[in-house]
Amino acid sequence: MNAVAAVEAALARIAERNPVLNAFTAVTAERARAKAEALDASDVALPLKGVPFAVKNLFDIAGLPTLSGSRINRDRPPATADATLIQRMEAAGAVLVGALNMGEYAYDFTGENVHDGPSRNPYDLTRMSGGSSGGSGSAVGGGLVPIALGSDTNGSIRVPSSFCGIFGLKPTFGRLSRAGSFPFVASLDHLGPFATNVRDLVLAYNAMQGTDPEDPFCTDRPAEPVDVSDAAGGLRVRVLDGYFRQGATAQALAAVDAVAVALGAIEPTALPEAARARAAAYTITATEGAALHLDRLRTRPADFDPAVRDRLIAGALVPAALVAKAQKFRRWFRDSTLRVFEDADILLAPCTPCPAPLLGQTTLDLDGETVPLRPNIGIYTQPISFIGLPVVAVPVWLPNEALPIGVQIVAAPWREDLALRAAAHLEQAGICRWKPCP
Amino acid sequence: MNDLEILIDAGTRLLAIPIDPAWKPAIKANLAVTLRLAASIDEFPLPDEADPAPVYRP
Repeated sequence: MNAVAAVEAALARIAERNPVLNAFTAVTAERARAKAEALDASDVALPLKGVPFAVKNLFDIAGLPTLSGSRINRDRPPATADATLIQRMEAAGAVLVGALNMGEYAYDFTGENVHDGPSRNPYDLTRMSGGSSGGSGSAVGGGLVPIALGSDTNGSIRVPSSFCGIFGLKPTFGRLSRAGSFPFVASLDHLGPFATNVRDLVLAYNAMQGTDPEDPFCTDRPAEPVDVSDAAGGLRVRVLDGYFRQGATAQALAAVDAVAVALGAIEPTALPEAARARAAAYTITATEGAALHLDRLRTRPADFDPAVRDRLIAGALVPAALVAKAQKFRRWFRDSTLRVFEDADILLAPCTPCPAPLLGQTTLDLDGETVPLRPNIGIYTQPISFIGLPVVAVPVWLPNEALPIGVQIVAAPWREDLALRAAAHLEQAGICRWKPCP
Repeated sequence: MNDLEILIDAGTRLLAIPIDPAWKPAIKANLAVTLRLAASIDEFPLPDEADPAPVYRP
């Protein structure tokens, strides 16, 4: 299919399905058609030539204000340039078709948004897409675009991947440039791709790698393109037990176990002090997020989503000494976890404790205890991103289940290749797959 | 008024964050959760030499 035909097909799907899914907040049809025509006029072979993609609306898109899911940012001047990762995707031939709905300022695990309405789960419109990259999950899961980009501070790529039944990559912290994206928590923010299959995930990841002087957090390591045609054999795979088995539904645990069997997992292992790692990530998030938004809290508090505003105000009141200790603990937890990787190549854990909850739901039942839903959806993702480990979220459809659920395939820092090889193996074996919506 | 309410009143005044009294219960609940979680880090013994994770390279 040529680029114009691929883009027109995507625009037609968006026109038909987006009024229901509410995944897009802007469709860049004119720009996309011009780009597609230019691609078709060129003989240059490109890895993503003509592939439509869309981005969470915290990515700068030239000519649009960068909303980051907020009302307040609608008053910002339009971005003057595309984010680095959009530029790299388009340099590889992909075609941007729009901006995607998200939880306000990325402080969210639900995909709900008080200003734009919720993005909806493609398999059950009464359920959450997951957050904060909810529009990304909904757009890819719903088949509107084959690839989307999102951000993940505490789980915001892995949670929507789990709820919407797609593949997502949260790379190593610092691997992909954040330049030209609206921040949330500088210590923890990551950007990464979503896709309906591992091949597209890898193509997008490879296209976006590379150093970037515009992002001081971006690694100086050269690009390390991944080839998943290598077999996944020989990997030492272990299920994370202890903290990562507590509070999960039977479906979440069964999905992990199915992946473990398919990958030939050996004895389980534990990440010591994972609960404290989650607590430290929570503390750093609340306080750095509050610092980012302090002026907006002073001048426009009534224009925030109240749920976000109240968490940010609380974060502004946490003593700095506790935040510094959380950052010291981060170093300890990193060193401790690297020792676990001396005896493992891949660690497995649930993405979420349950499949997609109902929109509007405010509590979760974990191990018989009723807990607030918003913060607890990310209990298994937060300790992992806290120390920047690369993770591929893979979708599992268990027999007789109406909804998918995701599993985290976690590798040591800078070993995205191992997690992606394992994901490719699972896809080829039929254990993990995207299921097109009827 | 308990300690959390005192902290909210004094802290938001010092930081010049205007708050509606109706927001206080939610702010208080969020602050209680964050301080409880932060306390679990505070009680964990770390060596003086444990450097914080972010490294600034000029």
